[in-house]
Amino acid sequence: MADFLYFTEIVGLKVYDLKGRRIGRIEDAALVPLIDPVRVDRYLVGGGWTWLTVRWDQIRSISLDGVHLREEILTPYHEDEYMLRIARDLLDQQIIDVNGRKVVRVNDVTFEIRREPENEILRVLEVDVGLRSFLRRLLQGWVPRRWIRAIQRPIAPNSIRWEFCDIIEPDPQRRLRLNISHQKLEALHPADLADIVEVLTPEEREAIFEAIDSEVAAETLSEVEPRMQASILESLATGKAAEIIEEMAPDQAADVLAELEEETSEGILGEMDVEPKTEVRELLEYDEDTAGGMMNTEYVALHQRATVADAMEAIRGAEDLLENLNTLFLVDEEGKLAGAVPIGRLFVAGSETPVAELAAGTLIKVTVREKRDRVTEIFDKYNILTLPVVDEEDNLVGIITADDIISVLRQK
Amino acid sequence: MRILKRFRYHIGVFFAVIGPGFVTAMVDNDAGGIFTYSQAGAMFGYLPLWTLLPITVLLVVTQEMNARMGAVTGKGLSDLIREEFGLRKTFLLMVLLVLTNLSNVMANFAGVASSLSLFGVSRYISVPLGAAAVWLLVVRGTYRSVEKIFLGACVVYVSYIASALMIEPDWKEALINSIHPQLMLHPGYLAMLIGMVGTSIAPWMMFYLQAAVVEKGVSEKEYKESRVEVVVGCIAMAVIAFFIIVACAQGIWAHGPREIEDAADAALALRPFGEYAYILFGAGLFNASLFAASILPLSTAYSVCEGLGFEAGVNKRFREAPIFYWLYTLLIVIGAGLVLLPDFPLIRMILWSQVLNGVLLPVVLIFMVLLVNKPELMGKWTNSRFYNFVAWTSVAVLIGLTLALVGITLRGMGY
Repeated sequence: MADFLYFTEIVGLKVYDLKGRRIGRIEDAALVPLIDPVRVDRYLVGGGWTWLTVRWDQIRSISLDGVHLREEILTPYHEDEYMLRIARDLLDQQIIDVNGRKVVRVNDVTFEIRREPENEILRVLEVDVGLRSFLRRLLQGWVPRRWIRAIQRPIAPNSIRWEFCDIIEPDPQRRLRLNISHQKLEALHPADLADIVEVLTPEEREAIFEAIDSEVAAETLSEVEPRMQASILESLATGKAAEIIEEMAPDQAADVLAELEEETSEGILGEMDVEPKTEVRELLEYDEDTAGGMMNTEYVALHQRATVADAMEAIRGAEDLLENLNTLFLVDEEGKLAGAVPIGRLFVAGSETPVAELAAGTLIKVTVREKRDRVTEIFDKYNILTLPVVDEEDNLVGIITADDIISVLRQK
Repeated sequence: MRILKRFRYHIGVFFAVIGPGFVTAMVDNDAGGIFTYSQAGAMFGYLPLWTLLPITVLLVVTQEMNARMGAVTGKGLSDLIREEFGLRKTFLLMVLLVLTNLSNVMANFAGVASSLSLFGVSRYISVPLGAAAVWLLVVRGTYRSVEKIFLGACVVYVSYIASALMIEPDWKEALINSIHPQLMLHPGYLAMLIGMVGTSIAPWMMFYLQAAVVEKGVSEKEYKESRVEVVVGCIAMAVIAFFIIVACAQGIWAHGPREIEDAADAALALRPFGEYAYILFGAGLFNASLFAASILPLSTAYSVCEGLGFEAGVNKRFREAPIFYWLYTLLIVIGAGLVLLPDFPLIRMILWSQVLNGVLLPVVLIFMVLLVNKPELMGKWTNSRFYNFVAWTSVAVLIGLTLALVGITLRGMGY
């Protein structure tokens, strides 16, 4: 006999006591994830006035032919917060397929039968989606179980291993009781996670952002579309929202906050640390459609008389920025912009060389008030990756990077 | 200052949520709707105008619940039905939905054919081109661009207003009949009234509106603005219907009541009143038909895939969401293809679609009111007791009228 069972097959299986008398049919099965994340802990049996609970260790054998008990002291079923009931909580619901990086709807669940000397245990193997399990659900109860197995054979299975399933539970209390964590999601690329989050409901989004690490949350939030960013932040507790905003790049943080109602954004700013808060506040002053509104303040600036060695030192000190750093900026005593040095050039120069000698020929810059269209034009015309932004006194105040431009162009 | 800011915020939100309600209400005046309203005007003049008021109320009551469910749960109607009522019921419902909507698609491609034949374009050119345009629009476009085009199409409905104005109808008569109910025990008249309600409230709208609200990302907080949009949309729909009836009342009925063959026939009858009245009426029909022909397959494919758990979305590629695209494509190809068959019994198909509609609508309505009253889904947003009374009464009225329409249709077909 096959050593696996589908949930559609388990439902309606007849349950027999020690003397072989039928006492009812299985209505549902439940895991208790806090005790064991994969073992079916209880079977709910209907028949008489009320449902009975059969514990996993009371079952001698389970197969397509029915369930035979090895012990008969059954208790009536009571609603229990620690139970994850398959039919009620899993079937037809949406879960996240962490491996496939998408949201799927559960059609059926496959269990493996593990045979022990005294009893037989069911363990969750996979969650079934796609046509094959769809057909099983459609025919369940109308066509004998063995026939269904024969009919479905030509269709390719489409299942997700249980360890790659992430159940979305909006209620935080229940999440604890069911031992659900979203750690699996933190391993995803933020852009993928953002795609997933976008198709979920507001409540589910909130649940995920509340549960995951603030840094991952920040990266994910910056990938979500702007209108949704605002509604996510509004749904979170102010403290959590402030934590996430702090982790974001200041320009993106300012963009998100600008989308919010003033009361909410002020509340979030109030909870933030002083340093990121001032940066974000400064950026919020600028109009969205100007260079000031597009720029961020994550750049490395050096005195114009610095040497290559100094530059290397400065780069080492700017660990957070390394991933996207491609240009260093030179300023004079008063902070006025004096030059731009592509990082690559540092590697071919001696360590005592003054960086000013490595600066690019023409210095391209814009003022904070430059219009957005003009800024994108400049990127196109001069083929640059990073554009410095200066204020009225020519002081360096921020930079615009090519990825900002790509977002602007995509939004049109 | 603060008040002004708040006001500006709400206006901003209103424009952010605009779309779903308007588009749904406008598509409601599709080829079938225009035909019914034209027929009402042509046969009974200004008399049936009063029905527009109760129709608007019924429409608002049902649509509001959909919009609310979409905003609060963030899920489409078919999602909710699947989660709460299981796969088998959802599957049956979706089969019915596909069949009804397929015949609706067909009716609208027929509308494309007859409206363009007014301008001398053969259906063998207009229908395939229309189908290709509709298909490309969604497969090659993004949600945002598609919605912009849809909103643009909504504006074209103004052509009916212009057309009616040119015919110079009897406004006094029209206004009196709009608020003064006229009942006659004339079987044709009763059937006409029921038919008007039947074409105005259709199952696809409920699925489409809720999905559009969700896609738009309307949140609980923005729901107030969204509701305003839905109500304004329903009123706009009734206004357009009003002008269609008035145009046909003055243009056809006033010169002798008669039945018309199709909506294009109504346009032809307006020709003596000026070339523009005729062109505008025909152009309006073309716009409405093409508009509905692009929304219906899309909405159907969405609802089915979401309810049954297949990947869906215009932002996905063909390979990522094959069932979605196949269903979408087949609905268009079959819908447009059947119209081109020389001996295809189109009228009979449309009548059958009304019967299917009558079977589907009660089920969807009942599911809907049950869902909207589930506190675990809706929290504090469930219906109030009074609203529930209104909702169940509306549902009962609609079910009664729809079943009556099914009866009339079946009798008319000789069963």
